[in-house]
Amino acid sequence: MASPSLMDTLFQRTLDDIIKGLRHQQAGESAFISKVVEEIRREIKSTDLHTKSIALQKLTYINSIHFIDMSWAAFHAIECISSPNFSHKKVGYLAISMSFNESTSVILLITNQLRKDLKSNNEFEVSLALDCLSRIGTADLCRDLTPEVFTLLSSSKVFVRKKAIGVVLRVFGKYPDAVRVCFKRLVECLDGTDPQIVSAVVGVFLLKIFAKLAPLEPRLAKRVVEPICDHMRRTGAKSLMFECIRTVVTSFTDYESAVKLSVAKIRDFLVDDDPNLKYLGLHALSIIAPNHLWAVLENKEVVIKSLSDDDPNVKLESLRLVAAMVSESNVVEICRVLVNYSLKSDPEFCNEILGSILSKCCQNVYEIIVDFDWYVSLLGEMSRIPHCQKGEEIENQLIDIGMRVKDVRPELVRVGRDLLIDPALLGNSFLHRILSAAAWVCGEYVEFSTKPVELVEALLQPRTSLLPPSIRTVYIQSAFKILIFCLHSYLLQRENIADDMASEMLGLKSQGECSGSSALVTGKAPACQEQDEGFNPRDSNKSYEDLSIINEGDVSALLEKGFTHESIVNLLNLIELALGPLSGSPDVEVQERSKNVLGFVDLIKQEISNGFVSERASKIIDMVHDAFTEELGPVSVNAQEKVPIPDGLMLKENLADLDAICGNVQLPSSISFSMGSPFGESVGASVSIPQSKEESEPSSESTSLLAEHRKRHGLYYLPSEKNETLANDYPPANDPKSSDNTNDDAQDLVKLTDKSLLPKRRSNHAKPRPVVVKLDEGDVAPIIAKKSATRDDLLSDAVRDILLGNVAKTASSQSIISDKSSSKRKGKEKLNVDLPESREILGVEKPDLGNPSSRRSKHRSHGKEKSRKSPEKKNSDEIGDGEKESRRVDIAIVGIKQNKELKGP
Amino acid sequence: MGIRFILMVNKQGQTRLAQYYEWLTLEERRALEGEIVRKCLARTEQQCSFVEHRNYKIVYRRYASLFFLVGVDNDENELAILEFIHLLVETMDRHFGNVCELDIMFHLEKAHFMLEEMVMNGCVVETSKSNILAPIQLMDKTS
Repeated sequence: MASPSLMDTLFQRTLDDIIKGLRHQQAGESAFISKVVEEIRREIKSTDLHTKSIALQKLTYINSIHFIDMSWAAFHAIECISSPNFSHKKVGYLAISMSFNESTSVILLITNQLRKDLKSNNEFEVSLALDCLSRIGTADLCRDLTPEVFTLLSSSKVFVRKKAIGVVLRVFGKYPDAVRVCFKRLVECLDGTDPQIVSAVVGVFLLKIFAKLAPLEPRLAKRVVEPICDHMRRTGAKSLMFECIRTVVTSFTDYESAVKLSVAKIRDFLVDDDPNLKYLGLHALSIIAPNHLWAVLENKEVVIKSLSDDDPNVKLESLRLVAAMVSESNVVEICRVLVNYSLKSDPEFCNEILGSILSKCCQNVYEIIVDFDWYVSLLGEMSRIPHCQKGEEIENQLIDIGMRVKDVRPELVRVGRDLLIDPALLGNSFLHRILSAAAWVCGEYVEFSTKPVELVEALLQPRTSLLPPSIRTVYIQSAFKILIFCLHSYLLQRENIADDMASEMLGLKSQGECSGSSALVTGKAPACQEQDEGFNPRDSNKSYEDLSIINEGDVSALLEKGFTHESIVNLLNLIELALGPLSGSPDVEVQERSKNVLGFVDLIKQEISNGFVSERASKIIDMVHDAFTEELGPVSVNAQEKVPIPDGLMLKENLADLDAICGNVQLPSSISFSMGSPFGESVGASVSIPQSKEESEPSSESTSLLAEHRKRHGLYYLPSEKNETLANDYPPANDPKSSDNTNDDAQDLVKLTDKSLLPKRRSNHAKPRPVVVKLDEGDVAPIIAKKSATRDDLLSDAVRDILLGNVAKTASSQSIISDKSSSKRKGKEKLNVDLPESREILGVEKPDLGNPSSRRSKHRSHGKEKSRKSPEKKNSDEIGDGEKESRRVDIAIVGIKQNKELKGP
Repeated sequence: MGIRFILMVNKQGQTRLAQYYEWLTLEERRALEGEIVRKCLARTEQQCSFVEHRNYKIVYRRYASLFFLVGVDNDENELAILEFIHLLVETMDRHFGNVCELDIMFHLEKAHFMLEEMVMNGCVVETSKSNILAPIQLMDKTS
């Protein structure tokens, strides 16, 4: 690049030229800008500071408006601020404050120049330097320049003093140790009679400080509350009013009268026509809602009316408030209102509403729900709202409620049935998750269904081809469960009719018999059997009892439904017809499950031909049915963690090659409770399948390949099973090797989950509200508390130290004060160490030398005297400080008032 | 720190002034301005002047063709910020006389200085128009 010539200097374009030029460039703006930047790059190297500063000025402009990088010019900006000419300095400082940041490498080069300008006699230079420091001050800069800023706090010029206060805030933020040095001086400044310093905004700032300090020091709150209330009553300025309200609702919620007053004022805001005030009123209500719900209830009408406001912000605020109002007694009414609103709303807000209903209702394991039948049908209704996109949440809740609340299951099945038989719903992909839950519920709790055959028809309807494979598998499995139920009922019915053998049948279900009959199968499928015993996370004794109860209750009911031989054959034919095409599905899971079911259907068909049911068929049906009727309970989220990792299992092993093998197989995302009964189901399936497969259909080539593959990669399948067994309904691989390993710890798991479930099972059934199964722990996933930023802590610690030392002297404050003074000394020592120029520090430490700081020194010595005073005298001091404090508030508020009467828009 | 940034944007969505009180990279700034401007310009007169965006609250007001957008912390007093915007406009009006978009474009530096006088480290520090304008007038005289 050519060095800047005289021509460049003479014919340099000014910023005005550039702006005009930009205005005339309609299309080729970026080309123009890059040309200008080229010019600037040349001009900025000029030795003439005037040329350089104009170039820098242009660059700053382009940077701030057109996002052109200017970090490369950092050094040139530093050159400009060292110019004696004020206008160059000005340009340089502006460029620096716009472009420097913590990572600018040359930032430390400006320390000396800043120090020089801070000590300048020209107040405008001082102000430039202060502005710059307040914008870019890093921890290093703040540490190095604290003494200068400290001196400026007592400058004779109001203009400078005011800015210095502003900078101190930044310094405190970046370099908390400075608080120990400067805080007293800062308080003196605020305490000063000069109304310009204690201006409006410093006043609001003070209010904010009080709001933050109030929790630390209750006495302070007592003194501040009254003046704040006074101003709330008297002021006409809305912004001051709002600040007072906000201070009260955030920090002084214990003061009944203050809260009442502010709620009254909030009501004025709410009924105002100005949307701003309305929004702020709602906002203030939502702050106060957790502590004073009555305030929201008093304004119920306005809040609910705001739900149909034009403004999405207002709508959201009011939705939050409505959600806060929901309680056990009004949940039904409010949800009705909300659902009606959601029908009328745009999709985005509609889902906001649905989301807030769902999250509110499931809080603390459905704490506020009494009538679960109502809630379940509400879930069904919400699923049908056209804009509903909350499928996942509704799915989780449907299954969760099914497992936790026994009494609601009949209604749940009814809702599920209504969803399943509606072919229109299958087309909406947002609803697929809900349909999957409905299918699962209907399969699992089919005993409450009035027309099981209708359910099978719904589950196998042609439009199910619109479902993704993962959900189709749930459909197939549910159809299988219902089929088993139908067959089982048919058998019982037959036996009842034939002779009174029902009692014997029930006897057959006692545990001894059952395991005996299982043992028959064990020979054929040892692996599955072991898994059955090992992995079953539920208490088997219990569930057998349940089973017999259910049977006794239902058998009679079902007899009326009447399964005839024809209806059973029709059902089998229907399943065969619907699943036939699926046995060639490209999705492994769908294919395997449909083949399993088809194999079973084939077997049964052979066995029950001509209205006669063979001994063998009824045994198979019994066993599968037993497996399915087992009660499912929620499983603690933490259960998995309690399972010890068995020897020889390498969880940390690199599984990269597993990805390569099943790259496009998506594992179902884990959910917080176990969905379905992976073991119950899969055992049921696998008990029957080996036989049926052998007999009815020679295993196709693809399945044998798959089996081989699984055998070969048994190691890889094992860990994934172990991790996901609780969380998905992926059937365990039918592999003897894996079951050997899993047996032991699975036993532990059974114990663990039983422990957490058993006590709840025995809870009282006579309550009006149905029993909701809760786990002792682990219903909520553990939340790792995030540590908040440390800088704020440091700062507030430092402020607290000083305030507790200054304001809240306790009787035993002698030690605190000595501590404080020692820490003060420490701070100074530190400064001494850190700063290379010790002469300046002398200036700070002996303020008597400098004329402008004589006032300060008086205060200082006064302070020292104070700390030397005897403990008896401290009491009076404390009062004095307190008075000072409240006087300051008064000044602050008056300040706000004076400056804020300027009415808001 | 209350105020995080101040933007002046015209009806077409072009930024006319941008002042940040915290460091954002050019890319972050470009994205932020784009999102905010799109959000605020789409709103109607009847809707309120506050928009929540990311972790900011945007307080905005429209004067003729120019939007004044101020990004603040969530606990900032929105009404006070509206008053601040009004004061800023009044101050510029007094200095330029019937201030318009072009004044700000061609005297961006002065607009920055006014802001520097009014806002320090994200806090409003000066609310008197004559105090704000005093240094600028002095500079005008000397130069």
